[in-house]
Amino acid sequence: MKKLLVLSTALAGFALPAVAQEITVMGWGGAYTNSQIEAYQKPFTEKTGIKVNSVDADNPATPVKAQVDAGNVTVDVASLEIADAVRLCDEGLIIPIDAASLPDGVDGSKATDDFIAGTLTECMIPTDIFSTVVAYDASKFPEGAAPTTIADFFDLEKFPGKRGVKKGAKATLEMALMADGVPAGEVYALLATKEGQDRAFAKLDTIKKDAVFWEAGAQPPQLLADGEVTMTMGWNGRIYNAAVAENKPFTIIWDGQVFEWEGYVIPKGAPNEAAALDFVKFATSSEALAKAAEYISYGPPRKSSAPLVGNVFGTDVPMSPNLPTSPENMTNALGSDLEFWVDRDTELGERYNAWLVSN
Amino acid sequence: MAELTHGDATPLTTADGRPLKAALAAAQAKAKWRAFFLVLPLLLFIVITFVVPIGQMLQRSVYHDGFSKTSPNLAAWFDANPAGTEPDEAAFAALAADLVLMKDNRLAGEAGTRINYSVPGTRSLFTASARGADELAPPFREALTGQDAKWGDPLIWVAMREAASPWTTDFYLTGIDMQRTADGGIEKVAESSRVYLWLYARTFILSAVITGICLLLAFPIAHMLATLPMAKANLLMILVLLPFWTSLLVRTTSWIVLLQGQGVVNSLMVSLGIIDDAGRLQMIYNQTGTIIVMVHILLPFMVLPLYSVMRVIPPGYARAARSLGATSWTTFRRIYLPQTLPGIGAGVLLVFILAVGYYITPALVGGADGQLFSNQIQFHMSKSNWSQAAALAAMLLAGVLVLYWLYDRLIGIDKLKLG
Repeated sequence: MKKLLVLSTALAGFALPAVAQEITVMGWGGAYTNSQIEAYQKPFTEKTGIKVNSVDADNPATPVKAQVDAGNVTVDVASLEIADAVRLCDEGLIIPIDAASLPDGVDGSKATDDFIAGTLTECMIPTDIFSTVVAYDASKFPEGAAPTTIADFFDLEKFPGKRGVKKGAKATLEMALMADGVPAGEVYALLATKEGQDRAFAKLDTIKKDAVFWEAGAQPPQLLADGEVTMTMGWNGRIYNAAVAENKPFTIIWDGQVFEWEGYVIPKGAPNEAAALDFVKFATSSEALAKAAEYISYGPPRKSSAPLVGNVFGTDVPMSPNLPTSPENMTNALGSDLEFWVDRDTELGERYNAWLVSN
Repeated sequence: MAELTHGDATPLTTADGRPLKAALAAAQAKAKWRAFFLVLPLLLFIVITFVVPIGQMLQRSVYHDGFSKTSPNLAAWFDANPAGTEPDEAAFAALAADLVLMKDNRLAGEAGTRINYSVPGTRSLFTASARGADELAPPFREALTGQDAKWGDPLIWVAMREAASPWTTDFYLTGIDMQRTADGGIEKVAESSRVYLWLYARTFILSAVITGICLLLAFPIAHMLATLPMAKANLLMILVLLPFWTSLLVRTTSWIVLLQGQGVVNSLMVSLGIIDDAGRLQMIYNQTGTIIVMVHILLPFMVLPLYSVMRVIPPGYARAARSLGATSWTTFRRIYLPQTLPGIGAGVLLVFILAVGYYITPALVGGADGQLFSNQIQFHMSKSNWSQAAALAAMLLAGVLVLYWLYDRLIGIDKLKLG
């Protein structure tokens, strides 16, 4: 038996290089991984014959760091959040990917112009964009008098009712400034100054007495469903799921959204680096990104993908209005500034906590 | 004894001629070792799961080598020049050399993170400057300040001096709302950012209030349980224990369902006409919510020690006091209450210490003003700032130890009775 095992292992060892083409992609599991399997992995195998193994982790950044540190890398491509990607890139655990080598968009634009400005970084190619938005319960407002802008979230006179506010500085302060009339492009420059911070907190003061603070992403749709709040900040995917899967009258205000993104990285020492790079290029092409958006309400980071997004998978409802990246939703949108938050997270977080407990 | 062994008489020996003292010691040593091996598993367990982690945590609160491990040149310059020295060309040359080191080891992010704790907005300064560190050429002062004027900021130099040694008090300074000034002194942080001391005090006050309410509620329950016939008492005891056995999260979220604006209690009061629809009470997502839910969750910890003490108080004492003419109040105050003190002490200490460290419940139902100190610990954990979390946790631990010491002085820890 043991001999057989040794023999078969040895054979497999010889056999593998012959078949060769097989890569391992690590994702987050659930509906998110499913969208990546359907839109990227299956078509990639069909086109190239390279088999893709999909494995999941709670947060792939953790196993990637552990594997590279231990010098035993089994993952070829991993799906990371931008914050983790920048950190791992700083630490040299993932390899730089030249964005200029990515395929052009379907409209012929260069990849570096095609990706939404600021989303391309040294080591990660973005795959999807999610955002913090304001949502409201449409049944709580009379026809034609529903809120439409981020400023309405802070207007208790015109739109009375409790507000669900994120218990954290990130995205909350940006929204406060945008509601106060600051153009998206100037938000971070202003927020880096004491005056800008004071202004953001002063704006938050105006709704503090009617605010219900939430911590977990599952809470905002729940607060809306329970009637505890009439408007709330929340993550667009969660609000969308509650609205569609549970048929709730929740509407998203895209004005003043603050978006972040996730993407693919290649760990240093990945066993099949060349094939991994091919996969990343394929997965982040205009068509593949557009297809993934039909499975989950995260937006494609390429501008050229937007017109290609079809209906919500298996229905005849167009997905486009539910995506953070659709042009009509992007009129006043702010990309979360990673560098800013890496520098200011603790400082502004402490101030936010101090503001929370003060009277 | 001394005469027997040290006197003029020949020392006592065993049958085989060994001195009795040595034989006895040998025999006892064997027994001692056996006893030691029996407790060894427990000892190891406590050392591994309790002493080591807590020791590590306490060490983390004063130790952070994120910057110091890649700054040997700066450390040498700081050693050679006393605090307050204006950074000269040699200092900037040391900085440039360390930046190269950080780039080569890809540790600029980690080093920057450490300085960022003291001077916000500097992590990116380190990562950006380290990226171009190889191209830096003398004069380094002009090269670095030309790259980013922030390098001239004396606050950064004060922070680097402190961080160049891994041992630091920075995290405790933050914990008491203080920061270092450019001339090396310390000052209070801006009014709008002060949070820790005030929250620290409030955590202890809120915990005391919760403990007090628990005691008031638990005393009559425990008394009733202790005086009822066993069969009935056991049945009622299950009612006390049932919530105790239910998941903490389930209990907390059921309180949300009960107490929220559109919740059961408010809706009931509206339908009964006690309040109108616009005047629904805010009973959750604030301090009130934290108190209500924490009292409910901690109540069994008060009932159980009280019950176990009350159970064994002989009813004869109270009867004797009454028969000697004491009023029922005097009997309670002078006879019954003193006998329950060990139970009260145990319950109060248990509930208070648990309340001081509570985190999930205030996080879920506390809203803005129902936060406790432990929520700040969690905040720093989530930002991977373990040293700051450890410093805050150590402050909490110190507070509890002081109260424990006070308790021992005032009541005596030997009087504690847990069951």
